[in-house]
Amino acid sequence: MADPEIPVLTIEDLGILRDVRLDGDTVEVTITPTYSGCPAMNVITWEIEAALALAGFSSVRVSSVLSPAWTTAWMSEDGKRKLRAYGIAPPNPTAPPTCPQCNSAMTELISAFGSTSCKALHRCLSCREPFDAFKCH
Amino acid sequence: MATTSISVDETPRLRNLLMLADDALILGHRLSEWTGHAPTLEEELALTNIALDLIGQARALYQATGLDEDALAYLRDPNRFRNTLIAELPNGDFAFTIVRLFLVSTASDLYWRATVASDDPDLAAIAAKAEKETAYHVRHAADWLVRLGDGTDESHRRAQTALNALWPFTGELAGRPAWLRAVAPVLARATLTQPADGWMQSGGRDGRHTEHLGHLLAEMQILPRTYPGATW
Repeated sequence: MADPEIPVLTIEDLGILRDVRLDGDTVEVTITPTYSGCPAMNVITWEIEAALALAGFSSVRVSSVLSPAWTTAWMSEDGKRKLRAYGIAPPNPTAPPTCPQCNSAMTELISAFGSTSCKALHRCLSCREPFDAFKCH
Repeated sequence: MATTSISVDETPRLRNLLMLADDALILGHRLSEWTGHAPTLEEELALTNIALDLIGQARALYQATGLDEDALAYLRDPNRFRNTLIAELPNGDFAFTIVRLFLVSTASDLYWRATVASDDPDLAAIAAKAEKETAYHVRHAADWLVRLGDGTDESHRRAQTALNALWPFTGELAGRPAWLRAVAPVLARATLTQPADGWMQSGGRDGRHTEHLGHLLAEMQILPRTYPGATW
């Protein structure tokens, strides 16, 4: 199931989906929120319910657990590759982001707050393109 | 027309959760008032993102009470709210907003970092998320504070005026000794004068609020109170 804001990633790639199990007739899905106020979490919940309903499961329970706290360390390597291809610099705790367009390491931060709670806005000093970077969390 | 207000039977745990949740909700609401008015597009995104983090934290804290989060946010009168007075003050100019955000988020940052180790599993889980988000809030506010204080004559004057006006409201902030140690170096880098501690405002924790909270809640609560049970 794709993330509503970053459709190249699934909620599994992001580490949002924690568990799925069948309890009798009821599907129990456990997710964990990324940022406290992330509005996409509501959409994700509805889409999980809709997807399961379409697959024939009428009884669905989606619950959100706060602990353990979501962290970008849970993002898969495949997920990071897909982010780069999409034009978003993946989270990297060890170095500033490189430009997803031209791969230059000469980039600068414009704002720590970008188009969504999870992204920051950077600019490449080589090709001059702005780009979103996934913040380490 | 207006829906009946609710009151809550408060245990110590409930009171503590409401204090934290109300702090986050009220400050989040104030920051959201910058929507459409920020000085630059990047600052618009920053202030509204911070507001969203705070409102998300408020939701998690209200949910941890086990009571209905919407009822707590929309159906309590001002004298039932337990936020600090500093959170409910109007935004003022950009300097006032930044100085207030810096003073409050520095205190929150210290609190959340300490609360990660709480015995209360709900509070510890909320703290683990809030701590990471609040670190960004502090950095944003501190960077701006230094830029404004160590800026032009006008930005310096506005920042100092804001700091002087806000200082009497800092008495309500928890963990004040550690907070003072965190705040002082940033004020120094901003070339601002730390005001002397004089008489301190208080009352927010006991539901005795400034004249501003009533107006804020009137705006925030009018729709759900007029149309009970309304959903998007």
